[in-house]
Amino acid sequence: MSDDERADGGRRPATYDQARWTRGDEYEPLLSEKHGERVEVDGPLPDDLTRDELELPGPSEPELARHYTRLSQMNYGVESGPYPLGSCTMKYNPKFTEDVAALPSAAVHPDRVDERAQGILAAMARLQDYLGRIGGMGAVSLQPPAGAAGEFTGILVARAYHEHRGDERSEIVVPDTAHGTNFASAAMAGYDVVELPSGEDGRVDLDALEAAVSEETAALMLTNPNTLGLFERDIEEIAHVVHDAGGLLYYDGANLNALLGQARPGDMGFDVMHFNLHKTFATPHGGGGPGAGPVGVREELAEFLPTPHVREREARSASDGASGERSDPRAGGGEYEFYEPEHTVGKVHGFHGNWLVLVKALAYIARLGDEGLADASAKAVLNANYLASQIDYEVPHGPFHHEFVASAGDQDAAAVAKRMLDYGVHPPTTKWPEIVDEALMTEPTEVENKQTLDDLAAAFDAARRDDDETLESAPNRTTVRRIDQASAARNPRLSWQALDEE
Amino acid sequence: MSGSPFAPHTDEETAAMLDAVGVDSEADLFDVPESVRFDGEFGIELRDEREVVAELRQLLGRTDDLTEFMGRGHYEHYVPSVVDNLSLRQEFLTSYTQYQPEIAQGFLQALFEYQSLFVELTGLEIVNASIYDAATALGEAATLAARVRQVDGDRILVPDLLREERRSVLDNYVDGAGLTVEEYPTEDANADVAALADLADDDTVMVYAENPTVRGTIEEDLDGVAAVADEHGALFTLGTDPVALALLERPADVGADVVVGDAATLGLPASYGMGLGLFATREEFLRQVPGRLVGASEDDAGKRAYTLTLQTREQHIRKERATSNICTNQAWVGLRTAMHAFSLGPDGLVELATECVERAEDLAARLDDLTGVSAPVHDHHHFREFVAHTDQPARAVADDLAERGFGVHVVGDHEVQVCVTEVNADETDAFVDAFEEVAR
Repeated sequence: MSDDERADGGRRPATYDQARWTRGDEYEPLLSEKHGERVEVDGPLPDDLTRDELELPGPSEPELARHYTRLSQMNYGVESGPYPLGSCTMKYNPKFTEDVAALPSAAVHPDRVDERAQGILAAMARLQDYLGRIGGMGAVSLQPPAGAAGEFTGILVARAYHEHRGDERSEIVVPDTAHGTNFASAAMAGYDVVELPSGEDGRVDLDALEAAVSEETAALMLTNPNTLGLFERDIEEIAHVVHDAGGLLYYDGANLNALLGQARPGDMGFDVMHFNLHKTFATPHGGGGPGAGPVGVREELAEFLPTPHVREREARSASDGASGERSDPRAGGGEYEFYEPEHTVGKVHGFHGNWLVLVKALAYIARLGDEGLADASAKAVLNANYLASQIDYEVPHGPFHHEFVASAGDQDAAAVAKRMLDYGVHPPTTKWPEIVDEALMTEPTEVENKQTLDDLAAAFDAARRDDDETLESAPNRTTVRRIDQASAARNPRLSWQALDEE
Repeated sequence: MSGSPFAPHTDEETAAMLDAVGVDSEADLFDVPESVRFDGEFGIELRDEREVVAELRQLLGRTDDLTEFMGRGHYEHYVPSVVDNLSLRQEFLTSYTQYQPEIAQGFLQALFEYQSLFVELTGLEIVNASIYDAATALGEAATLAARVRQVDGDRILVPDLLREERRSVLDNYVDGAGLTVEEYPTEDANADVAALADLADDDTVMVYAENPTVRGTIEEDLDGVAAVADEHGALFTLGTDPVALALLERPADVGADVVVGDAATLGLPASYGMGLGLFATREEFLRQVPGRLVGASEDDAGKRAYTLTLQTREQHIRKERATSNICTNQAWVGLRTAMHAFSLGPDGLVELATECVERAEDLAARLDDLTGVSAPVHDHHHFREFVAHTDQPARAVADDLAERGFGVHVVGDHEVQVCVTEVNADETDAFVDAFEEVAR
């Protein structure tokens, strides 16, 4: 029996002790508690336009470095260990992409004229082209700064398309298993949301779809594979039903990491889609952003994309739908230019979106190429299937792809997750989608090896064996113990100033 | 190796895993109908790391190497190396939203400190680091105004000089909520408060002003703007700047209900417009705020700990009734903004803001001395930037300056806008010399 085997032949879970700094009765103090300073403000402006004082921390550089280094030790990242947060695609973020994004030639002002920013426009054009090929889309806008912003943009495009045809519609259909952002994005664009109940197999029920769509349907928003990891096998029939009613089919790209090189949204009949560059294309999640949510559309919808859009100047022709208005038509200044799509929806970001994220994604795609991208999805799907095969929790729906949703059964999924923190792994997404009881939504991604997946399985299984009392008292090895959520919401204290008022 | 360099599987491991799953190959795991399978190629070649870096260095190198004297909503200050080094620690960079707060205290505390930074700077109680940029923050402020408004009304009033890009984003954000955006006049770049008062009525939901303005001027009568909004029960949203806030009267003290702007002016260098939406508001609107909020609570050991809170406002719980669709946003930029601000400390921040006033004033005076130039065009105090009149067509002046290695904005037929910070200050003499040559 080896060290990592249990007496019953199962695998022993790893354990993890996170850094925990304590001073007096508290954990690591706030920077204000360590280095607070107050200065009188006596600036060059008239007194009545000037504030009186400013009170902020003013640590020296060594003090600042120590503070943030300690905070970093109190945080878990992809390089710390497996991070199988379902629907988030927490893959490794290659280091060299940071170097590319840090090039001085990438650090320029967004208001430069096109001729003086040719490298940036060329990079944007190349990324548009790559994403178009990967998604099977005719044109791509890089402007949306996140996945939800991409959804909002895509729905604006759909709205503009219908309005342009003189066919105003009022509803967006969204399956009950969809990401919450789908519902919220549709509502933000002014649509009524029609929730589509899933069939018993966890997929779109064609009869329910038929009943849900009408001449009011502007679009159906679909994630494929869906949030259970299941491919919508009837996708062509679904597309037919939606198109037959005059609606558009929108692809939520959150799960695209399952399909690279295997299938393309454009080929399945989708008209509009967004890509999550921070998921599929390995740009860092940054603790919750910045991401990027480029939107792809089929060729006929390109005229509605956000402005400005990049194109190669030589490729310009009468049929490309551009108004082509240029402030400086100096010939030969460069090969790429911004133009305003003829029926543009306008802007969804003040400038050009999260540019530095776009650069990193471009570098990642160029690094992997066809073979690497296809292999990424193949291994992501293999990893999910292997992990699921090694855990004791039931996985009610299949066959799944890059992620699966296990059920914690009679255990509380949230408590299971807390307990898994003690076993050296980040837990899955919990309690969602609601179609699975006590859901444990798990997406290991392609970056984990067999050993790590075995560790993850051991963590799942150990939590499954733990009694309720143990689960309820977890976690024990993280920086802090279980946090009282109810009290945080009941008595909101959202700044150190609010703490001082007590 | 022909596959992804970031998938670590050996052939033996892959075989063992396939065996465990009970299939012969990965392809067998895809439940994709034949009719929609992709059997083509993207035509993207796999490259090694060195090749990619060299290729993109060359591609991006096609951009001209200009010394930019540019602003208008996107500014460059010197970002200390310590910010890069600490923010790139993988525990920060590669983590995600703090759904498991017990294992993510570091980022939560950093965001709590960010929130506190802007509570101090704005005087408003509620802040988040959860909006993409200044334009989308303005859009979110408008929909917030519509949600908290007690009576019917659909008008949003914005200055006529508002950047058209921000205006377009705002239009998109408010359209679904049934609001309309209208312009009020400015007088010599600042809000024309009398004209605003004439335009505002009880259908007005929000009044927006900027300080500093998009033309770099300092507003002198924000109290007047606030009074107009207040008279009609509208919200007053103020667009501002994290550095300027170190000097300017606190927005809460001039009656602002919401503060928006680009917080990444601290924390990011010039990034082709990538930013972070500054968003602050009054406590009474707490439950209508968009985006993530970090709060203090206690753990089972009775010690202070941090967590995302009031999540019932958010899309993953409230769906179509959420306050916003926002999910992934700009947390890492917020981390950098806080690091940058705290590395300056209150003294350093006030000093930087003071320089922003003085440098703009000095450079305007130097340009004003040149033949064919008068600056500043507007008779106000300025922050970082100002508009200069050129006798020559502004477009030609800007092009000629670019030929000499300098970037400026063209904002009128005979108006350029010039922005100066510590980053380009060393080039000021050369810039003035070049300006002299091209302006006469």
